[in-house]
Amino acid sequence: MENLISIAVNSIFVGNILLAYFLGMCSFVAISKNMKTAAGLGVAVIFVLTVTTPVNWLIYRFLLAPGALAWAGFPEVNLSYLKLVLFIATIAAMVQALEMVIDRYSPALYVSLGVFLPLITVNCAILGVSLFMVERAYTFPETAVFGASSGMGWALAIIAMSAIQKKLRYADVPEGLQGFAINMITTGLMAIGFMLFAGISM
Amino acid sequence: MTPAPVQALRKSRSYKAVARALWEANPISKQILGICSALAVTVQLKTALVMSIALTFVVAFSSLIISLMRRAMPRNIRIMVEVSVIATLVILADEFLRAFMYDVSRQLSVFVGLIITNCIVLGRAEGYALSNPPCKSFVDGLANGIGYGSVLMGVAFLRELLGSGKLFGYPVIPAFFYEAGYLDNGLMRLAPGAFIIIGLFVWLEHTLLSRKKGR
Repeated sequence: MENLISIAVNSIFVGNILLAYFLGMCSFVAISKNMKTAAGLGVAVIFVLTVTTPVNWLIYRFLLAPGALAWAGFPEVNLSYLKLVLFIATIAAMVQALEMVIDRYSPALYVSLGVFLPLITVNCAILGVSLFMVERAYTFPETAVFGASSGMGWALAIIAMSAIQKKLRYADVPEGLQGFAINMITTGLMAIGFMLFAGISM
Repeated sequence: MTPAPVQALRKSRSYKAVARALWEANPISKQILGICSALAVTVQLKTALVMSIALTFVVAFSSLIISLMRRAMPRNIRIMVEVSVIATLVILADEFLRAFMYDVSRQLSVFVGLIITNCIVLGRAEGYALSNPPCKSFVDGLANGIGYGSVLMGVAFLRELLGSGKLFGYPVIPAFFYEAGYLDNGLMRLAPGAFIIIGLFVWLEHTLLSRKKGR
């Protein structure tokens, strides 16, 4: 249990996938101008990560990992090099399926999330979290916690960023520094802030 | 005066394509969007160099292959075809690194795999290779990969120099600097350093470009 809490705290704050590993920057820069959109995308990312990471774990554990096909009678087969292709395919398929399920059962949620779901397939944060999960050899419960809390960390970062950008509009920024440059520097300062949580030990 | 062969070279189409990709159409801000995650490997020049080479390989050959197939590909499944070509090349690069440069591949960890979701690769395939002949697409991919690599290497140069006082792993800051009280800037080794350096790079670029325009 303690282990799970420390994974959660670590992936929300210290090891934030956006601020410490630079994952998901494309949409971060493009979307963070508007707070409402940022929140919508954040929720969608949490959602997709919570679902796809455990699914990818199951696929890796029972189809791809070295010796994973032992149940089918092929104990020597190692398909782990296929993980890149299969993870991408899973993510695309899961996003598509999620879209249909949400549309069917919760039209209100679909209206607010719908635009963002297709965007998420190409978000490197989603694939990155699945690959990290393999590299760090997490167990199933750890993977579930890691996926959900990574999503929360990303959402937190993008919402905070959009709030800061709103304030920046009234700031007197030097001409060459306006736009992308000041955003990057602000993100850097935010990353410093998030790293302070490293001092908290469980 | 520039000699005639150089002038002829400057007029050739490949030269124009390369120059465009390397300088004119290479705003750092655009490249960074493509870089996404690759910033994580810019703590050392060595990993950044390997990453740049891997990416250049993937962009160049995916452009070549997609351009070769462009007439045979049905339009509505083209994204899927493109992604599978790119994924195959990334797997090749990843397995190659794992076999011949194991230490570096451990340091690059998941970031080689993330080349698949790199916007530049798919962007070149969609925006250039689909409508241009194979040879030109290959050159375009190569130049874009190198343009991207140069930004990565620039960031890595500053981060390794300021963060650990080394270049390619060799100490370059003389020992008496340290004796006189010089300290390495630990911030450069951490993620915020990369964000701030990119911000300053873009600032520099804006300033240079606006001066050029003002003249």
